[in-house]
Amino acid sequence: MSSPAKRPPPPPHIQQEYRRRFLRSVLLGGLAVGGALSGWLPLARAHEARLRPPGALDEADFLASCIKCGQCVQVCPVKAIVLGDITEGFGVGVPHIDGRAQACDFSCDAVQCILACPTGALTHTLSKKEEVRMGLARLDKPDACLARQGAGFKGQARGGTFPGIHRYEKVDRWKPIPIADHPYDLELCDLCVRECPIEGAIRLVPMSDDSADRRRTPDVTEKCVGCGMCEMICPTEPAAIVVDARKKWGAA
Amino acid sequence: MSLIQSLAIMLGREPSKPRPEEYSDAARAIHEAKRAHKVNKEELAAIAAEQHEAHKNHTWRNRRWLTLVVINLMFVLSYRFDVQLIEGALTASRVIGFHFADLNSALQVTLAFKTILINLIIGTSTVLFLWWLLGGRTFCSWVCPYHLLAEWAEALHLKLAARKLVKDHVLHRRTRVVMYLIFAALAFGSGYTVFETISPTGILSRALIYGPSLALGIVAVLLAVEVVYSRRMWCRYMCPIGITYAVVGAVSPVRVVYRPEACHHEGACRKVCLVPHVLDMTKKGFAPDDRNGIGADCTRCGLCVDVCPTGSLKYEVKGLDKLL
Repeated sequence: MSSPAKRPPPPPHIQQEYRRRFLRSVLLGGLAVGGALSGWLPLARAHEARLRPPGALDEADFLASCIKCGQCVQVCPVKAIVLGDITEGFGVGVPHIDGRAQACDFSCDAVQCILACPTGALTHTLSKKEEVRMGLARLDKPDACLARQGAGFKGQARGGTFPGIHRYEKVDRWKPIPIADHPYDLELCDLCVRECPIEGAIRLVPMSDDSADRRRTPDVTEKCVGCGMCEMICPTEPAAIVVDARKKWGAA
Repeated sequence: MSLIQSLAIMLGREPSKPRPEEYSDAARAIHEAKRAHKVNKEELAAIAAEQHEAHKNHTWRNRRWLTLVVINLMFVLSYRFDVQLIEGALTASRVIGFHFADLNSALQVTLAFKTILINLIIGTSTVLFLWWLLGGRTFCSWVCPYHLLAEWAEALHLKLAARKLVKDHVLHRRTRVVMYLIFAALAFGSGYTVFETISPTGILSRALIYGPSLALGIVAVLLAVEVVYSRRMWCRYMCPIGITYAVVGAVSPVRVVYRPEACHHEGACRKVCLVPHVLDMTKKGFAPDDRNGIGADCTRCGLCVDVCPTGSLKYEVKGLDKLL
């Protein structure tokens, strides 16, 4: 290699081109980095928690370790898991669940998303749905709750056009079907309890000592895993019961 | 060319003519014979005709495009028809059950998470071996979906440039090194794989498999800039994935080899090349040896092999010609 120091300095117009090239590089490189950062800033502010797939590590660790491949999306039988887009501010390509639109109902039986995760962002220490903690259900609008009014429910839980699906063990043990294809006729609405995939996570408690009083209130217990099934199935609009993403039992 | 030189040029050093003592005897003999021989008019006309023919040859490009489309289609079809052949996306996948992880994505996750993940080690070692064998940046031109779109954008850019409607603005090649360090530091500092937000490779791969996303806007902006302002800007000057794979493929057995003997030195290869600095040795009198492996930055795209009218640039599997 010849030493650059021995060469005479390049003519002025070349030197000017070098300067321009440098400025271009800084400007365009800066724009690219800025563009990438714009996807991270909303995450850094973390203004709103999101329901993450079963087994997700704490949010900071989850965001760090997710490799954004979508293998969890691919194995989910009810397609509850969706990947975040650039406008949502929750990480491009990072998976989340919108419980009201399509909850995780554990139709896969063995937390398949956790098994599929190549990095352990969905922790491999879990193997049963009962061990999952995605969030906690909470009765958000007690006045809207049909059970609290002593009211029954007849018809399709979310109307005829709702695309959400759910596995009804009595209909088909293996295949989830549209909720719209499974109308109900209930004397007292107990959909949140009836369709909850975790035994004992939610129950209906009488609202008075009067045995003739049909009114019941949903009571969420420590067993709740926060899958969002109750939120999806709740027939009131908006849902009377919702899941607080990432919330832990006993936390304020 | 030494490995150090090859890596230094990949990282942005300008290639230069070898020092006199760096030439092999064989190369010296070839260069001297060429200096002694004056090319006459008939020969020049023959060279021009040859070159014209060679520009119609797209053998390797077509093979490569087919491979790229088939690989990406396999991801898409595996998911759509649930055949479980290649699950996941280009960032990480399972190929008939075996973990595969993109080296750059795995590196970003490791920096952000600050933990060595056993599955990622398994996934990356398979991929590491594969790309060491096939040549690191082979990933870029034979697999990366953005590369294909960028090639079409480049064709458009060249058409517009020929009509003087646009002009190529080169960037400093070290921009890519700086961006590599910035994105590594950002992953480490923020605990989030910041690069993935802008990575057109990841965005395109996921969009193909899981459906279109607004993030495709980033890809569109990059392509637009490449058409009107700076030819192949992302792959040439910015993408950190290129550096990761260039390092992996620096000593690959699969490579493009340059033999100066029959070469006319018209430089058609350097004009089609994404990384023309690796072809500096094709200038008259620059080749230090009679057989020269092309440098680490080479994506093994084969455009130079297609365009070369004399067969001076060829794919080679190191050692295989000795076995056969």
